[in-house]
Amino acid sequence: MASQDISPGTDGGKVSLLNDPRFRGYLFQALALLVIVVLGYWIVNNTIANLQRARLATGFGFLDGRAGFDISSSPYLSYSSDSTFAKALLVGILNTLTVAIAGIITATIIGFIIGIGRLSHNWLIRKICTVYVELFRNIPPLLVIFFWYSGVLAVLPQARQSIAMPFGTYLNNRGFYIPSLIMGEGAWLAGVAFLLGIVTAFLVRRWARKRQMATGQPFPVVLTSIALILGLPLLALAIKGFPLTWDYPILGAFNLKGGSQVGPEFISLYLALSFYTASFIAEIVRAGIRGVGKGQSEAAHALGLRSGATTRLVVVPQAMRIITPPLASQYLNLTKNSSLAIAAGYPDLFAVGGTILNQTGRSLEVVVIFMIVYLSLSVLTSLFMNWYNAKMALVER
Amino acid sequence: MTDTNISFVRQEMLQGQTPPLGERGIVRWVRINLLATPIDAVLTILALLALAWFLPPLINWLFIQASWVGPDRSVCATVAQGGLQPDGWSGACWAFVNAKFSQFMYGPYPIDQLWRVNLVGIMFVALLVPLLMPKAPYKIPNAIVFFFVFPIIAFFLLVGGWFGLPYVETSVWGGLLVTLVISFVGISVSLPLGIALALGRRSKMPVIKMLCVIFIEMVRGIPLVTVLFMASYMLPLFLPPGVSFDKFLRALIGVALFASAYMAEVVRGGLQAIPKGQYEGADSLGLGYWQKTGLIILPQALKLVIPGIVNTFIGLFKDTSLVSIISMFDLLGTVRQHFNDPNWASPQTPISGLVFAGFIFWIFCFGMSRYSIFMENRLDTGHKR
Repeated sequence: MASQDISPGTDGGKVSLLNDPRFRGYLFQALALLVIVVLGYWIVNNTIANLQRARLATGFGFLDGRAGFDISSSPYLSYSSDSTFAKALLVGILNTLTVAIAGIITATIIGFIIGIGRLSHNWLIRKICTVYVELFRNIPPLLVIFFWYSGVLAVLPQARQSIAMPFGTYLNNRGFYIPSLIMGEGAWLAGVAFLLGIVTAFLVRRWARKRQMATGQPFPVVLTSIALILGLPLLALAIKGFPLTWDYPILGAFNLKGGSQVGPEFISLYLALSFYTASFIAEIVRAGIRGVGKGQSEAAHALGLRSGATTRLVVVPQAMRIITPPLASQYLNLTKNSSLAIAAGYPDLFAVGGTILNQTGRSLEVVVIFMIVYLSLSVLTSLFMNWYNAKMALVER
Repeated sequence: MTDTNISFVRQEMLQGQTPPLGERGIVRWVRINLLATPIDAVLTILALLALAWFLPPLINWLFIQASWVGPDRSVCATVAQGGLQPDGWSGACWAFVNAKFSQFMYGPYPIDQLWRVNLVGIMFVALLVPLLMPKAPYKIPNAIVFFFVFPIIAFFLLVGGWFGLPYVETSVWGGLLVTLVISFVGISVSLPLGIALALGRRSKMPVIKMLCVIFIEMVRGIPLVTVLFMASYMLPLFLPPGVSFDKFLRALIGVALFASAYMAEVVRGGLQAIPKGQYEGADSLGLGYWQKTGLIILPQALKLVIPGIVNTFIGLFKDTSLVSIISMFDLLGTVRQHFNDPNWASPQTPISGLVFAGFIFWIFCFGMSRYSIFMENRLDTGHKR
């Protein structure tokens, strides 16, 4: 551009086209696009040729076919080997979601406890938490799954020597037996009341915040919310005369009867994912809390806030801002790591898809389904976390 | 004015006294670190109780009751299970690890050819250690040899088939050898590829940028097992009939592509953290794009993200264990394969093998993370904000 300023319009044509950054940019992009298109064409061509040679049909029509295999764990849908492939995949997706959500909740709780413990003034607590973090984040999650599955759960006693645990639960090598809740007539009302409680609590919170902004008078929101969310369902149950009964597992001669069983596949996967991810969450929490400047808590103390209020009102909201983005990617990692379920034999999406692939040979379609499901899970999680992040973000001038 | 009596004023200095017992030595340390507040005291007691409940059985299992040597499963099983140990015995079966050690390291690699693996291992350590030591000279020649010459020599030595060495196909590789080969290739491919992808993503050319974004986000959105699965089932479909690759190579491609997408995001973080003034300063000096990137931007950006890069390396190293899902035998896969050996099957065998494999993985990962902390401190030029 500088040369044009000196002698406008005279030597514009003399500059070689190859030295013009704009032209070069277009050239590179065109070349890259050409390479990708040619490569894509080549791959598609090869794939079609290979599929035709192997006489493999394509298309998703096969999903309506009879699956013909059993799935060991299908808590939400009634699935049998006569169901379709599509239903088998759906069961797999639901199982993936189950273990991912359960794992995320547990990992968050353990991670926050350990992360805060690493900042404790207590030397012993600090060291124990450090050992936990350094131990678990340096070991492959797959190994942790095997550790629980073949190291711990497989060598538990057999059903007739089940270990009795608190609250009427039993542990043996077939899994964990818990009492199941049997809903009597009218129990649905409790569910409705529960949802109603959440909505009311939310409204109360909004009203209380508005009032505090206007008049400065605080309102015990937390207590009211707990009372609403727990109290309304209880009230609903009381009206219906408590139509809930527990079905306890009972130790028989050879097996446990009643209750519900959580298989060792789920337990090992769930424990491994939670413990593994918790070590990363702990580090994120620690970095987040340490990332809040010391001046912030000193200023809060200077304003006369007690240490509890300082943590709650000043440190945590600012720390959450640092914690949220890496926390979101840990949640995504946990969801993706749930595909290791295949190692423990838990029928998640990946395991079910693998079985379908072995039965039908539809590798292309199965991989496309994998990509669609995992990518949309990723996108959904990132969208939610981005929304939360934007809500928590610092509003600057 | 009256005569003042100053006889009560001390004439000589007092000797300094030692601080009270509660303010020095171990008592002070315990008071501050363990018993500062009532809650701290309760926590300490709870933690001590937990340790007292947890540690003695663990040490007992790991060392005291463990059986260290033995010819077969009898040393690791109780009488009721058909072994020699008294009933109720529970201890680690290190005899199993001892007997299978060579398998865990090399897999079924031919025993008379093991010197080749060992030679590669010695060369690897001999080249890596001076590269890692900041004081050692000849960094650049060393790095060139390590990243360009060594892989070629290692390839010919491990695979063979040339220079009179018998050909060893990759299906008989196993154990730690596979883990290390996959991680080394993954690390040395993913770093340059990741940098290229990150630069592409920050590029002003929309097509290049879009291609990089699509690749990075696609790969980051799916689990590694799916990528490995694709590499082992789909790659053969994509290639012209008749062309086929080694299964090991397919896994290598999968791992390297996967890791480079993550590396790209780490490097992008570093690129974004470089102040705009650095770019403008480089432009004003008349540097072209590659000079600007290579001399000004990347050295600073990479230094900033060393912890992230090493974390990706650690993640990659741990992820190599997933190749056992597409039935290749890395360290973890080999250990699991040997659980089923009827000569050694006992209730204690799986857990002992897994603890051993975990220990090996842990040493490598922990070593890498410590080294990254060391480098971070060393490279810290005090410009951090």
